[in-house]
Amino acid sequence: MTAVRRVDVLVVGAGPAGLATAARLAAAGAGRVEVLDRERQAGGVPRHCAHGGYGTWLHPLTGPGYARLLLDAADRAGASVRTGVTALDWAGPLSLHTVGPHGPETIEARAVVLATGARERPRAARLVPGTRPAGVYTTGELQQSVHLYRQHIGARALVVGAEDVSYAAADTLRAAGVAVVAMVTELPRAQAAPARAADTRLRHRVPLLTGTSVTELVGRGRLSGVRVRHRDGRTATLACDTVVFTGDFVPDHELARRGGLSLDPGTRGPAVDGGLRTSRPGVFAAGSVLHAVESAATAAREGAYAGRTVRDWLATGGWPDGVPLLVDPPLRWIAPNRVVPADGGRGERGPYVLRTSVVVARPVLRVSQDDRLLHTERPRTRTAVPHRTLTLAAHWTGRVDPKGGPVRVALG
Amino acid sequence: MTVTAHGPLPATTYDVAVVGAGVVGCAIARELARRPGLRVALVEAQDDVGQGSSKANTAILHTGFDAVPGSLEARLVREGARLLAAYAAECGIPVEPVGALLVAWDEEQLAALPRLADKAVRNGYHDAQHLDPAALYAREPRLGPGALGALHIPGESIVCPWTTTLAYATQAVRNGVDLHLNSPVETASRQDGTHVLGTARGELRARRLVNAAGLHADTLDRRLGRHDFTVTPRRGQLLVFDKSARDLVRHILLPVPTALGKGVLIAPTVYGNVLLGPTAEDLHDRRATESTAEGLAHLREKGGRILPELLDEEVTAVYAGLRAATEHEDYRIRAHPGQAYVTVGGIRSTGLTASLAIAEHVVGLLTADGLDAAPARDLEPVRMPNLGEAFPRPYQRAELIAADPEYGRLVCHCERVSRGEIRDALAATVPARTLEGLRRRTRARAGRCQGFYCGAAVRALFEEGRT
Repeated sequence: MTAVRRVDVLVVGAGPAGLATAARLAAAGAGRVEVLDRERQAGGVPRHCAHGGYGTWLHPLTGPGYARLLLDAADRAGASVRTGVTALDWAGPLSLHTVGPHGPETIEARAVVLATGARERPRAARLVPGTRPAGVYTTGELQQSVHLYRQHIGARALVVGAEDVSYAAADTLRAAGVAVVAMVTELPRAQAAPARAADTRLRHRVPLLTGTSVTELVGRGRLSGVRVRHRDGRTATLACDTVVFTGDFVPDHELARRGGLSLDPGTRGPAVDGGLRTSRPGVFAAGSVLHAVESAATAAREGAYAGRTVRDWLATGGWPDGVPLLVDPPLRWIAPNRVVPADGGRGERGPYVLRTSVVVARPVLRVSQDDRLLHTERPRTRTAVPHRTLTLAAHWTGRVDPKGGPVRVALG
Repeated sequence: MTVTAHGPLPATTYDVAVVGAGVVGCAIARELARRPGLRVALVEAQDDVGQGSSKANTAILHTGFDAVPGSLEARLVREGARLLAAYAAECGIPVEPVGALLVAWDEEQLAALPRLADKAVRNGYHDAQHLDPAALYAREPRLGPGALGALHIPGESIVCPWTTTLAYATQAVRNGVDLHLNSPVETASRQDGTHVLGTARGELRARRLVNAAGLHADTLDRRLGRHDFTVTPRRGQLLVFDKSARDLVRHILLPVPTALGKGVLIAPTVYGNVLLGPTAEDLHDRRATESTAEGLAHLREKGGRILPELLDEEVTAVYAGLRAATEHEDYRIRAHPGQAYVTVGGIRSTGLTASLAIAEHVVGLLTADGLDAAPARDLEPVRMPNLGEAFPRPYQRAELIAADPEYGRLVCHCERVSRGEIRDALAATVPARTLEGLRRRTRARAGRCQGFYCGAAVRALFEEGRT
């Protein structure tokens, strides 16, 4: 028989979202708050992002520095952060089977927060044909290899993708002494900030091949080249011993799926309302598992907000219904993806985040329900670009009819 | 216990050298190890056992219901299935008796089912049963629309091909067989009644020779002056879907062979994944194990008809294997008495199932030809690490973790592989020498993230454990 232990709140995943949730709840006196992480160190993805860009303008931090800051805050607030413990499966509506070096344990909680994060789709999931040589990475594996384990990578690398994470991968490769042969994207332009893209192209002399897809990996034992094809039909083999598949994030939703939680078909993460409530009362979700992926700061802000709605649940036991929040093409997804009228009532909640599948200049977002226009917004972003954050304010939610049909967001 | 991968080969003259450490070669070496006093070498070109066709098959333990009645293959598959099922239970090789359905999608295939049922009976298999569409969809509710019926073969099972090969090799080595890796045979001659094999690691001498070289069996045969058959590599590309797909399918879904070809199958794996494949492409290049865009598109098109929801699941692996097809229908297992030589050629995908029976048959041929061997003894059983989801994995065993917390420290999260299992695989009788070898022994890095989370940590443990 496995031991059963009770806590008040169980958070799965000690990345920015999970740690921020735990810190907020513990500080607010929510009782025993426990965070589980299957890795040996807490911190999530920032653990292996040695580059800057974390923290604030006044207190800039690297990823590992930011991870430490969040962990210290959760510790100081009195949350219990346990690493090397895996949440295996659900034991009941609000309890989980876990395992770690101390053996199996079932933990039962009054509320569960899923903050399990996201991962990049690897080569196999992208169905890239060819041989199966060594030297094939995702950014996550590359960064851990270089920054956590100081492993040898290779001499010449190709980066697949041209979004923020792709440029981070190129930086990591350079830091590891690997020459970046080129970056390739199927899209007509880079999807990172123009200054960053230009810096890599001009100062580091890394060519960006747009409109180009990877068609085959070549090499036995070790990668020797990558075949690519341009939209216009031209093909080439780029000689390299390393290839990094970047971006194309998917939520690590296995626990949500095993628990039978409703998933959003667009994000593929658990469907949540503005209070980050999933389809099962008492189960919340926050961070990149909801929207693969946003920045660590967004995840942490969302985690803190989840702390607030978890407290409401612990106090009142209320679980509002909400109506679905859908997007029309070319929008790919929106998160959260259910809406209750009270969602926008608190300034603390961040905006909705969305993604487009095509480049749209001067975008306008229109929100409607049953042909009734609720809100029109011109995002601050001058051009909506695939793989880049697009936001929608949440203050209109009070106009939603809770008995009405789905709310739709269209991009004009 | 001797496993070598570098340096010159021993100067000793072996009683028997088996060339090729695939599933068949390892089974033969193990069978020879049952004869006390024999000096046996198992010679492998690559850096691990099971590195050729054996690592990339469809992982099915066949009943032999559809073999050519009266053929050697039919007999050895039938006997081998029984032997391997018992051996698997003894060693902890994961096997799941899920049964197979030959699903008919058109009138021609439906018409072929009674013939296949009749063939099954002629092969000594009496449990085949026809299912009408209602019974078929009751068994496989997620099957795509339009199936007209099926033949149910309850005796077909799924098995772990990697553990099987490794169990044979482990037991052979523990009982005195010398395993020499990285030793491709480049020349073969006979001097004063002794075979002299010129390998990349120098000469190896043996009084008798068994050719279990798989895709290269005809090349070795020719070096010994035999022209019995020609291997035409037949490439099979396969897609492996994530564990979340496992609930979509309950049986092995086999295609009905017709004049138009064999079609593709969908099968659960003992690791809890779903397999879609294989393609069948006749090639000339015996190293062409790459996948192609056309092959993958073909598989997805076929798979989408059989099990539409499968295509929504993530693919965790794409691989291609080469079957050692020949111009002959049957296995080519021949003793050449004057040459103290046995050829084991043309072993196709049924070779995994038949392996133990092939081994008994081959050792029988050797003794008939005068191999002086003591009666077979029972070997001390080996206990293999369990990779199968139908049996308790180390992370699920409280008593194991209590005794050694390393089994509770998970490294590969998608496949739930512990540090303890990785440590064991690196220190085993036939240890993992590469990350690929480690993956086949533990499943580390074989899951949906393909190393995003664990790749660097697994590599660190590998480098650490190897030194």
